Amino acid sequence: MQGFRKIGLGILAMLASLNAYADYSWNFPLPATPMALDTLHVHNKFMTITGIIFLVVLAIMIYSIFSHRKSKSYKPVADKAPSTAVEIFWTLIPFAILLLIDFVIMGIPAYHSVIMMEDTRDKATMVIKITGSQWRWQYEYMDGDAKGIKFVSNLSTPKAQTEKGFQGVKDADYLLEVDNRLVLPVGEKVRVLMTATDVLHNWWVPQFGSSRVAVPGFLRETWVQVDRAGTYRGQCKELCGKGHGYMPIVVDAVPMEEFKVWVAAKKEELAKASAGADKEWTKEELVTTGKGVYEKNCAVCHQVSGAGLPPAFPALTGSKIANGPIFGADGKYLKDSHLDRVLNGVRVMPSWKALLNDTEIAAVITYERNALGNSVGDVLQPAQVKAARQ
Amino acid sequence: MSTTTVAHHEEHHDHPAGIMRWLTTTNHKDIGTMYLTFSLIMFFVGGSMILAIRAELFQPGLQLLNPEFFNQLIGVHALVMIFAALMPAATGFANWMIPLQIGAPDMALPRLNNWGFWLLPPSAILLTLPFTLALFGIGDGALATGWTFYPPLSVQGGIGVDFAIFAVHLLGISSVLGSINIIVTLFNMRAPGMTLMKMPMFAWGWLITAFLLIATIPVLAGAVTMLLTDRHFGTHFFDAAGGGDPIMFQHLFWFFGHPEVYILLLPVWGFIPQILETFSRKPMYGYKAQVYSLWAIGALAVVVWAHHFFTAGMPVPALLYFMYSTMAISLPLAVLFFCWIKTMWKGSMSFETPMLFAVGWIILFGIGGLTGLVLADVAADAQYHNSYFVVAHFHYTLFAGGIMGIMAGTYYWLPKMTGHMYSEKLGKLHFWLTAISFNLTFIPQFFLGLAGMPRRIPDYALQFAEFNMISSIAAFVLGFSQLLFVYNIVSCARGGKKATDQVWEGAKGLEWTLPSPPPYHSFTEQPTVK
Repeated sequence: MQGFRKIGLGILAMLASLNAYADYSWNFPLPATPMALDTLHVHNKFMTITGIIFLVVLAIMIYSIFSHRKSKSYKPVADKAPSTAVEIFWTLIPFAILLLIDFVIMGIPAYHSVIMMEDTRDKATMVIKITGSQWRWQYEYMDGDAKGIKFVSNLSTPKAQTEKGFQGVKDADYLLEVDNRLVLPVGEKVRVLMTATDVLHNWWVPQFGSSRVAVPGFLRETWVQVDRAGTYRGQCKELCGKGHGYMPIVVDAVPMEEFKVWVAAKKEELAKASAGADKEWTKEELVTTGKGVYEKNCAVCHQVSGAGLPPAFPALTGSKIANGPIFGADGKYLKDSHLDRVLNGVRVMPSWKALLNDTEIAAVITYERNALGNSVGDVLQPAQVKAARQ
Repeated sequence: MSTTTVAHHEEHHDHPAGIMRWLTTTNHKDIGTMYLTFSLIMFFVGGSMILAIRAELFQPGLQLLNPEFFNQLIGVHALVMIFAALMPAATGFANWMIPLQIGAPDMALPRLNNWGFWLLPPSAILLTLPFTLALFGIGDGALATGWTFYPPLSVQGGIGVDFAIFAVHLLGISSVLGSINIIVTLFNMRAPGMTLMKMPMFAWGWLITAFLLIATIPVLAGAVTMLLTDRHFGTHFFDAAGGGDPIMFQHLFWFFGHPEVYILLLPVWGFIPQILETFSRKPMYGYKAQVYSLWAIGALAVVVWAHHFFTAGMPVPALLYFMYSTMAISLPLAVLFFCWIKTMWKGSMSFETPMLFAVGWIILFGIGGLTGLVLADVAADAQYHNSYFVVAHFHYTLFAGGIMGIMAGTYYWLPKMTGHMYSEKLGKLHFWLTAISFNLTFIPQFFLGLAGMPRRIPDYALQFAEFNMISSIAAFVLGFSQLLFVYNIVSCARGGKKATDQVWEGAKGLEWTLPSPPPYHSFTEQPTVK
């Protein structure tokens, strides 16, 4: 008994310490879209209704528990079953109450919410496409000024912090920070197309109130209209493998003018990167760039050292593929070669064709062949990757 | 029926002793005991898996488990708890109590009964073997997709998925065999005078469960077989590149998966009213209303499946249909809740452990039911879906509504089964520890879900830290409290105060007319029911 009392005290102490966290949320976070606002209202309303039902029923039960007791010598009411008519009358009361709640009080607003949530047809200012991959998001702007902007967004919390047994101080946005944020204009309806390249993912920002599963091979759609400028964070919420907890979403909602500035800057940056694909790179340049690309994209499975996690994720160090030839006699890349694997993937290995640009693919392959304990010595130029894509 | 006739009858049978008794038994009570023991063991297997997970989630950062292993534990925890702990417990009670309650000497198909049980241990081994194999470098561990097997992740997965598929096949066969047996027994072996509308509520609960199992298990078996051929034989049922659709799997899976929820709960909804009437010392209220409600829920169970994946994308009419049909489940359920409470109302209640569990069960299962109502709202579900809110919701229905119900049944029937009274003091302590730590485990998870924590993540952002810590501590208290349950059962089986035939002052029904423990062949002379 003494032990249990101690544990009980411990739990009470834990609960008391909660007061220290003033910004602690007991409900949905502050809504940023009309959808999230609607959801919050629905939630509050039904929690209140169900809360009242629960408390009333509980009060009746507690009254009964304390008065209709054998220990108080309460005599049970007549020991015979009620007549069918009386029984039907009484049991229809809860039936009717729930009928009213389900299909009127709750059902009618729910209908309007569904129609609102699914209304992706009209008046969208712009369209973006979100592609989920193990374990990163890719954003592409489909129309308007921003058309053609396309980038990958990775977790940017330092790897050391997410590793087992890390003892130091974690970042404030631990697991909720990315290298490239999605930027959206404030107050505009944005139609969102959703797909995936490998398994199911689900793009979820709690403050947006909408979430949709990204299904490989299909396009799903939803919409967001962020009404307040700010930074919004979310996570994948469909189990997608070992990196499921490590593919966050960060959205910057900015005023339209600022968005236009961002679009111009992003376009210039992408143009520079694609120009890089046409020049001749040195081995050192490629290895240096490749190290960054490798650690951001490949090290999750193949490990920073290249040792992999066999049997699911093979080692690159000493691997046949990473040490074998890339191109055949005809100048085309060989099937099951290093470049084929990276471009097209196989089984668990994703296809990187759409996720990395020519320079990044060339750099990471060159890095893998000349570091991580491998020393093939050859160099893969971005131009060769560009040619291989055709 | 006198005890001397029973003793005389017993002498004619020499059943094998030791291990052979259990391997070859066709006796409904022996098989029931094996089901219940198996269930209790697997409850601890599944429980220790989740305690490993709660230990990992105690604070942010990775401490104990790799993400891969974490994903394996969550899926296998669910499969073990559902298929190997909760379902066998209900089947165990069915084996023990249905013949006693309807005045039959045994189940109708005793050999089938034996086979049904002995399929379970191999399937439990199949399910957990990949963990051990991985230690020896074979394969990469158990099923890591969550218990729902969603492709394409499950197509991508390792040998653990194949093991789980075969385990599910065996478990499914076992369930279907058990269901056939129960239906045949209930339709053919009732005592003279016991019409269907005089059957004990537990028998009704199980009858509907059995029909649901026979209707839905084959669909699950088909779905996982399609998965198997997608994995190994080049089919493309769930692969868009070959003309398939990953979401079709979700439809097939939840066509089984949603009725499964009622498969787990209907037997409990059967015996809880019996416990309530016993300890309220007055007949249950609205027998007919309850039976019709059970049928209504059984029928609705098979037409609401898609509410488990509203966010997967569906046409608006489908969303509306599944939303409103799901809400409709609350109608018969409201009738049931009303009848349960009305049974207590103006009774002469006493609060022995089974009654404590039954009353606590009504309250906690009520929370599960009410939170389920708001989950049906499609637009709001976009927010709740796959968050910890859902985790908390279904643990209120399956732990409180399922397992705590089973505990109520255990304490209720244990004196009948063993012939001894259990320790009331320990039983009550077990109840309070379970109820309090259960709430402290799962209430914080509602708030975690609202705050935006997705389920099935091995590590989480800093703002989720405090609630996770409370949840983890309470989960450990909850887990270790269950040792009291085992201790109480074991010491009750070994000895203690003799139980009377009726055991409980207010107990009514044929099972309470037999001695405690009942003779090896329950009713050797058929009783009649007026």
